Amino acid sequence: MASNSCGGGSDRQMAAQHRLSVIAGHLQRPSGSNTAVLAAECKGQGSKPFVSSENRTVPRRRQEIMKWNGWGYSDSKFVYNKKGQAEFTGKRYKLSGMIIPGLKDWMENTFGATLQHKAAATPALNSSAVPPPTLNEAFVEELKSTGVPFSADAEDRVFRAHGHCLHEIFALREGKIGRVPDMVVWPNCHSDVVKIVELACKHNVCLIPYGGGTSVSSALECPPEETRSIISLDTSQMNRILWIDEKNLTAHIEAGIIGQDLENLLNESGYCTGHEPDSMEFSSLGGWVATRASGMKKNIYGNIEDLVIRIKMVTPQGVIEKSCQGPRMSTGPDIHHFIMGSEGTLGVITEVTMKIRPVPEYQKYGSVVFPNFEQGVACLREVARQHLRCHYHHFFLSPDNFNLMFSTGHALKPQVSSIFTSFLDGLKKFYITKFKGFDPNRLCVATLLFEGNREKVLQHEKQVYDIAAKFGGLAAGEDNGQRGYMLTFVIAYLRDLGMDYFVIGESFETSVPWDRVLDICRNVKARIIHECKDKGVQFPPLSTCRVTQTYDAGACVYFYFAFNYRGLSDPVHVYEQVEHAAREEILANGGSLSHHHGVGKLRKEWMREAVSSVGMGMLQSVKDYVDPNNIFGSRNLL
Amino acid sequence: MASKVVYSPRDPMLKKRDDFEDVLEERRRSGDLRYALRCYSPVLYKGPTTSKASELKTMVLQSDQLHYVVNQVSRESGVPLDDVQAEASVILEEMAHRLQLSTVRFFAFTLSKVFKAIFRSICVNEEGVQRLQQVVQEHPVVLLPSHRSYMDFLLMSYLMYTYDLPLPAIAAGMDFMGMKVVGEMLRMSGAFFIRRSFGGDKLYWAVFSEYVKTILRNGFAPLEFFLEGTRSRTSKSLTPKLGLLNIAMDPFLKGEVFDVSLVPVSISYERVLEETLYARELLGVPKPKESTSGLFKARRVLSEDYGSIHVYFGPPVSVRSLAEGRVNRSQFSLTPRHIPRRPSEDVHSFVNDAAYRLVRAQEENMVLKPWVLLASLLLQNQGAGQNRGVPLDELIQQAVWLRDLCRQFGAFLHWPDQIPSSEVVSSSLSLHGGLVRVSEDRVYLALEQEPHCSLTAEEELLSQAVVVLSCASYRNQVLHVFLRPALLAAAIHTASSSQKQEVYSSFLFLRNMFSNEFILCPGAAVQDFEEACYLLTKVGALHINQHEVLTAERGHRTLAFLTSILDPFLQGYQMVCSFLCEDATQALTERRFVPAVRAFIIKHLLKGRLRYPEVLSSDLQRNALAALLRLGAVQKVQGGEESGTLKVNRVMLNSLEDTLGGRLSTQKALRAHL
Repeated sequence: MASNSCGGGSDRQMAAQHRLSVIAGHLQRPSGSNTAVLAAECKGQGSKPFVSSENRTVPRRRQEIMKWNGWGYSDSKFVYNKKGQAEFTGKRYKLSGMIIPGLKDWMENTFGATLQHKAAATPALNSSAVPPPTLNEAFVEELKSTGVPFSADAEDRVFRAHGHCLHEIFALREGKIGRVPDMVVWPNCHSDVVKIVELACKHNVCLIPYGGGTSVSSALECPPEETRSIISLDTSQMNRILWIDEKNLTAHIEAGIIGQDLENLLNESGYCTGHEPDSMEFSSLGGWVATRASGMKKNIYGNIEDLVIRIKMVTPQGVIEKSCQGPRMSTGPDIHHFIMGSEGTLGVITEVTMKIRPVPEYQKYGSVVFPNFEQGVACLREVARQHLRCHYHHFFLSPDNFNLMFSTGHALKPQVSSIFTSFLDGLKKFYITKFKGFDPNRLCVATLLFEGNREKVLQHEKQVYDIAAKFGGLAAGEDNGQRGYMLTFVIAYLRDLGMDYFVIGESFETSVPWDRVLDICRNVKARIIHECKDKGVQFPPLSTCRVTQTYDAGACVYFYFAFNYRGLSDPVHVYEQVEHAAREEILANGGSLSHHHGVGKLRKEWMREAVSSVGMGMLQSVKDYVDPNNIFGSRNLL
Repeated sequence: MASKVVYSPRDPMLKKRDDFEDVLEERRRSGDLRYALRCYSPVLYKGPTTSKASELKTMVLQSDQLHYVVNQVSRESGVPLDDVQAEASVILEEMAHRLQLSTVRFFAFTLSKVFKAIFRSICVNEEGVQRLQQVVQEHPVVLLPSHRSYMDFLLMSYLMYTYDLPLPAIAAGMDFMGMKVVGEMLRMSGAFFIRRSFGGDKLYWAVFSEYVKTILRNGFAPLEFFLEGTRSRTSKSLTPKLGLLNIAMDPFLKGEVFDVSLVPVSISYERVLEETLYARELLGVPKPKESTSGLFKARRVLSEDYGSIHVYFGPPVSVRSLAEGRVNRSQFSLTPRHIPRRPSEDVHSFVNDAAYRLVRAQEENMVLKPWVLLASLLLQNQGAGQNRGVPLDELIQQAVWLRDLCRQFGAFLHWPDQIPSSEVVSSSLSLHGGLVRVSEDRVYLALEQEPHCSLTAEEELLSQAVVVLSCASYRNQVLHVFLRPALLAAAIHTASSSQKQEVYSSFLFLRNMFSNEFILCPGAAVQDFEEACYLLTKVGALHINQHEVLTAERGHRTLAFLTSILDPFLQGYQMVCSFLCEDATQALTERRFVPAVRAFIIKHLLKGRLRYPEVLSSDLQRNALAALLRLGAVQKVQGGEESGTLKVNRVMLNSLEDTLGGRLSTQKALRAHL
């Protein structure tokens, strides 16, 4: 929204007026809502923002463009059209408006999910099902005087009461609503946050920071035992790039900005951060920092902890920040590491200085088919060993009959326009399975994206393909690679389609040393199947995995797990038991509790085991010092 | 599958067991040659499998595990790397099996002939086989047969072949290698050979454990080994050896396979081929070295009737479910998995418990023949002179009583109910004609010698002992059924009052004393006590209330039987104690212990101070010594000139002896130990 930097020049006032009118557009809401519509000026910013912030993706009223009970934009989803073909609606994605011929069969063959058995979701949010807000009058009064916009509207509150865990979405689809925040506030800048946190401390209300709402760790769930008024602090309006420093290649950014806006805005100036988590369309910079996020291009650019230079966080004890922008410091334990991964338990991250890079001049997709998962992993290991990471990334693999990446990839393959391409595809498949003797049930695909300067990209591409060849890999073309890349963004929409037809599922991740990758994949997949059988799941579950990130000493592995729940009385409970067992199996096999999703409340029970009792004590004492009254009472992590 | 299966359920009567089918029946109807040449296509493990024995060797030699140890050994010993590596492949060559289908077919043919000649039937629970067929596809399988005879592993492979199951890789003792032709043939039918002891040899251990693990990890074949380590000469189950089980569980604990299925197999022989051989061995005639010619001498066995064999494939036990909540597997993720490590305390106790449970599972599914009951009764009622033995009709009546008691205790008894009891008894007696005589309607053990032999008193005693020990080995088969109630009965007998607490402490003392002798799961004392109380209350022998354990009016017969079944062991242990107190010289070593104690016991037997010739069993003597060592009544001197000699704590021994004899209350004895 408005830049509203202080200084008081009349042109700025004008600009502010203009932006106010833009904001006003977003603020139309049902009458009777007790919202104060105010666009207060943010004082204290020393300079004018570098990039203007019109046309941001996420409005204050998320319900205008987002689903209330599913993933992403309201207009984008998989549906079966009148002919019974699967189709992706909307106009936002490359896949939008296309027919996906294989998807229906894939759903049937994989899950036994047919068109006849539909599990319809509650069509719209019933506001009367939402418990009335418990407001702290004194707090609300004082908040009004600060001019920070807020709302106690039912929809606003429900939108901020959940992330995207299966049980959260499932409950919404059933129209069940539990404890939700009592109020939502939208600070516009750092100093707004300072005021809110001060008031929260003064009146002892509970604050839960909210960024993009893409959490999959139950981190946004309101603790049911919380008796104080719960305020959801939505950072989405703090979304400006405050400055770009081309000499040092850094940018100073407000933490509420969401990934795609950040990338788009930087691109306008010829830069990028290179941080691209799968959720980057919706997740926020502050959220990344608070959960220790990882992006698919991390091999070139690094994970969030490698990208941040400076963080500003507002805590009940005041503001924490470093005094300089040195690229590295030896000043005791890095205080940033108390902030990164704090999951909203210590304060609100308001501003971040992070590294930026010039937009790469050349990009090239690629893909390799391996005869089996074992060979694929061996190849990835070799590529990592040779430190070729600099110019490739997004390497992922999946075993099990083309499942997901190829099968899904195949299923999701849009109708091909020319007969010639499909002929070529058939030929390739023939070559792979018949001529090369690959077992179609065991082969797996790695998709690649190289970027950098053209010469280097081509050179690295060759090196990677040479290594792949040593492990029996065959180059499988650029479009397979591109398809894999495209899939990352639409795959989340697939779950909503599944849920329409009695299929529930989720993905979860871990990180594991190289020598255990194959073992953990096999054992966790087997455990899932075993547990499903044990818990009475009537249909064979989908249980598969892929390697999504590589490191010098290990890899990040994603597991996908879904099943048809027809015949089960409490599918979510069964799902949770299986996921719990799968996590136990991950830990028993030397995997981490989480690679980048975080702990939240979902994985809290394993924290002590993961970091030892002393470790827990250290974290707890930080919490006790920074937030003795548990103002940031989401009860995540500890 | 679940771990609970291994535990004895609350009421053993409710135990459900499968029915048997006779394998030989089919063999008697169709040609053996065709059977031996038939198409053999076993079900295979679903995972990627290696089928060639040579590939297996390469995998072992190239493994990280072996490389690590080879490097280590080379560094420590200064021997060049290549030499150590070469030594490793020599070890592997000596160890590895070379499975060949043709050899297997040869065995299938000859064994069919032999089996048909000497056995009436070989009965197998086919449901168990079906379970095995299932589980072989799912997970790596470890077959754990009981070990009572050389026949065991030939029989196992024969059955696996018959049922189209993959042929197991069998861990065999190196002594078989001595039998030149047969050793190689066994190798070609799937046996691999391990040295009996290789304590400190790191390289040997590395090759061996990696070989076994590679077999498991790659689903090459089911692994087969004997938990008891060696053949039980007494027909009692032996204390399990943990080495191989540790190795077999390792791939699961380290996450290299999803699960490992352990299948206890109980093989029970109506007549053990080696029966008198074992008895002689226990009496001190050393074990004949396995040799091919020795095997051919055994040809005369072909003309004898050895009754039937029962093979029971128990329900597979998943290592995963055993380990659930017991072992924190993530401990293995903190060091590279190829570096050999001693199992941690919790892993060790987990493997130990599992091993005991598995041996118990073997015991529980052993089929007991009527003869086993007769042998128990005859040993208790030997009489003398004119009154030697038991009148036949009395024996029948007693046997029926014992049969019913057995069944109430949940024994797996094969007593044909459709045949009159008198026939069952007489056919059993005739099958064991070598051990028992019937004349003038009295049944007695065949103790006396042909008159023309002029033997010394000692020789005569020993030859009688052969018969007694042979009989005892049959009685021993039923011991596991009666053990816990018998310990309770003996505890009641020795306890100074009927106070439950007092009885329990007696029970605990005896249980502790005998835990090298019998299979008593570590840490299950309370459970065992409760089981014994439950069973004896159920059969109406005891009344047990909150504080007291009282003998019921009609319980005397049961209790008397139970006490006397344990009596030889009680007396034997007392003998060992008094030997150590009275006769042990300064220079007594463990090696010289058995001959010395044997001479001592012979003396007592001849003087008539001891009734039980079976105390001459070296197994009992060794177990007693092991128990005394464990309790600290005897200590082995480590180091110095007297290294290896036994140092005796006379005060403690005296008090143990008195407690065993019921002359000292356990409470006092326990205090004395402390």
